[in-house]
Amino acid sequence: MTTFAPKATGQLAVDPKFQPWVEKYRPKTIDDVSSQEHTVAVLKKALSSTNLPHMLFYGPPGTGKTSTILALARQLYGPDLFRARVLELNASDERGISVVREKIKTFARETPRHVGKSSDGKIYPSPPYKLIILDEADSMTQDAQSALRRIMETYSKITRFCLVCNYVTRIIEPLASRCSKFRFKPLAQNSTQARIEMIAQNEGVQAEDGVLNLILQLAGGDLRKAITYLQTAQRLHGAIEPPTPIFALSIHEISGVVPDDLITYLLSVMGVDKDQGIDLTLGTGGFEGVRTAVKRVGREGWSAGQVLEQIHDALIPLPTIPALPKSLAAMAIAECDKGLCEGGDEELQLLECCLRIKDAMTKH
Amino acid sequence: MSLWVDKYRPRSLDELHYHPELSSRLRSLSASGDFPHILFYGPSGAGKKTRIMATLRELYGPGVEKLRIDQRVFVTPSNRKLDVNVVQSNYHIELTPSDVGMYDRVVIQDILKEIAQTQQVDLNAKQRFKVVIINEADALTRDAQAALRRTMEKYMNNMRLILCANSTSKIIAPIRSRCLLVRVAAPTDDEMTKVLQHVAKKERFGLPASASKSILASSQGNLRKALLVFEAMKMQKPDLTGDLEVAKPDWETYCAKIADSILQEQSAQKLLDVRGKIYELLSHCIPPTVVLKTISERIVDKVDDALKPQIVHWAAYYELRMRMGSKKIFHLEAYIAKVMTIYKQFNMIGYTDDYE
Repeated sequence: MTTFAPKATGQLAVDPKFQPWVEKYRPKTIDDVSSQEHTVAVLKKALSSTNLPHMLFYGPPGTGKTSTILALARQLYGPDLFRARVLELNASDERGISVVREKIKTFARETPRHVGKSSDGKIYPSPPYKLIILDEADSMTQDAQSALRRIMETYSKITRFCLVCNYVTRIIEPLASRCSKFRFKPLAQNSTQARIEMIAQNEGVQAEDGVLNLILQLAGGDLRKAITYLQTAQRLHGAIEPPTPIFALSIHEISGVVPDDLITYLLSVMGVDKDQGIDLTLGTGGFEGVRTAVKRVGREGWSAGQVLEQIHDALIPLPTIPALPKSLAAMAIAECDKGLCEGGDEELQLLECCLRIKDAMTKH
Repeated sequence: MSLWVDKYRPRSLDELHYHPELSSRLRSLSASGDFPHILFYGPSGAGKKTRIMATLRELYGPGVEKLRIDQRVFVTPSNRKLDVNVVQSNYHIELTPSDVGMYDRVVIQDILKEIAQTQQVDLNAKQRFKVVIINEADALTRDAQAALRRTMEKYMNNMRLILCANSTSKIIAPIRSRCLLVRVAAPTDDEMTKVLQHVAKKERFGLPASASKSILASSQGNLRKALLVFEAMKMQKPDLTGDLEVAKPDWETYCAKIADSILQEQSAQKLLDVRGKIYELLSHCIPPTVVLKTISERIVDKVDDALKPQIVHWAAYYELRMRMGSKKIFHLEAYIAKVMTIYKQFNMIGYTDDYE
């Protein structure tokens, strides 16, 4: 039974077949990290000189922040020392002010031991300091962050911090100014493509032409999302007997993208033709027409946020709509998005937004 | 005697009446041995929970239906005790962390760690992981959702999550990118009729078309509501013929009455009057959002076309304020005052354009 399998370092051994590909294909060294050339270059320098500043990684999800720091830590310390020298805390751990005072402080205070040779025979730099990784640092409370300030300075000789977050604005200024900041930009399509193709090949994924591109396009620069889509699609298609190649429709279904004909229908009740621009003859259904369309969206279970995003993508680039209606529509969409973010009722918000766009279209 | 809703709830994926592609997808996922985290979303009464339970049965066999209910106590860092009801079987655990409001993060952290760090001991179990079902995932606070992120990846070998939500808009992007999104759309009218007929056949009576039509009209794609209405109707009129009146819930009629009285007269006196009625509704635990939506829907039906967009605009505006504020009645009242103003203005000068 695998239940009694020997422990790998820190984690239980997993049958690689069932491992999420996101974990399986996490970069092992910082050279494997896709794009982010600038960050990688700086970190490589730091690796060779074994002198690391405090770091703050920020950027949208799925751009490799956590992967980079984990790979870096592994390269610095090797498997033996990794557990003793690296403390990884994320939002799933309690991180209130008490934890910062006790756990982090105790860990930061210990002087690192001298090290012998690594068990796997390789030589690691093993610099004389420890690394504390605070993943998802933007969800730490303000108090906890301020408690960190002094700790970071006091123990800077023997401890380095790495904060990882999505929104740099949620990190208090005094902390941010103590770190060197690295921005992770959304991944460019060509660099992620190589990675996805490599994974697809390794896993023996059969896909129709253009499917991989579609995945990348829908993931919008989020590599984790792209890999998850790929794995899910492979699960669905691999489980059918005989396995079929992945086709575009199932990718659409997995990613929760609203089908084009629903969007076209929504646009038409607002008096917009998908290709021609404003066509008020379409919007003769009046108020009821819009209400029925919005009700249909709700009934079919689409998420209002996604619908809104797609309405925006379809409406705003249309060249034939004059500036005034277009600006009014953009305002309506923006306000609706804000409303949704703040927890407004989906149906009401979407209905209001559609009515406003419809009204805007008559003003030219 | 259980209600028809429970009695005829499909137990396995094969018994499900609609969305056959979805069922086959769930089946192949549970057979593949490599089950992802799943986020089920869709309107209420569409069958999300039914599908979740059917999937679990497909994963573990009939053993998952032996449920027990525990009350667990969690302690917050500030030493507050939280009681949470937990439904569990040997293979899964189901909880609604949003019950404890802003402390949901503690519940998530504690319970997920506990499940994630213990392995399945039952050697006969078909899967090596346990499933954690989180209801009302869209009501989780951001902190609680953030707490899920790394856990979902780190403890993948011992645990799978199934999240159940009405919409994905309120789920943070990092969670969405870690889950397989499964949309459960509400059944179409034809599919609902089929289900109603299935139930009628099992209960051994015929379902007249007129009856099913009025049930469908009142339930608006909510199958649970449809079945409940159906059963109530059958109780009232066993032969299901003639003039069938679908009994509307009291609060709905009450809301309609409020809406009518708003349109009847617009004065400070009336506002006070309405306020009393709204208090009455709120004290009976009708959610304020529902009150506002029902009232505005009724008003929209009755006013001139030119006014409709404005009524909706203000409904959306005050609904949002209601969410952000803490005293619901203020915003409900403000909405009603606003509607009265617009309506009166429109009636007196025949035109109003009041958006800001």
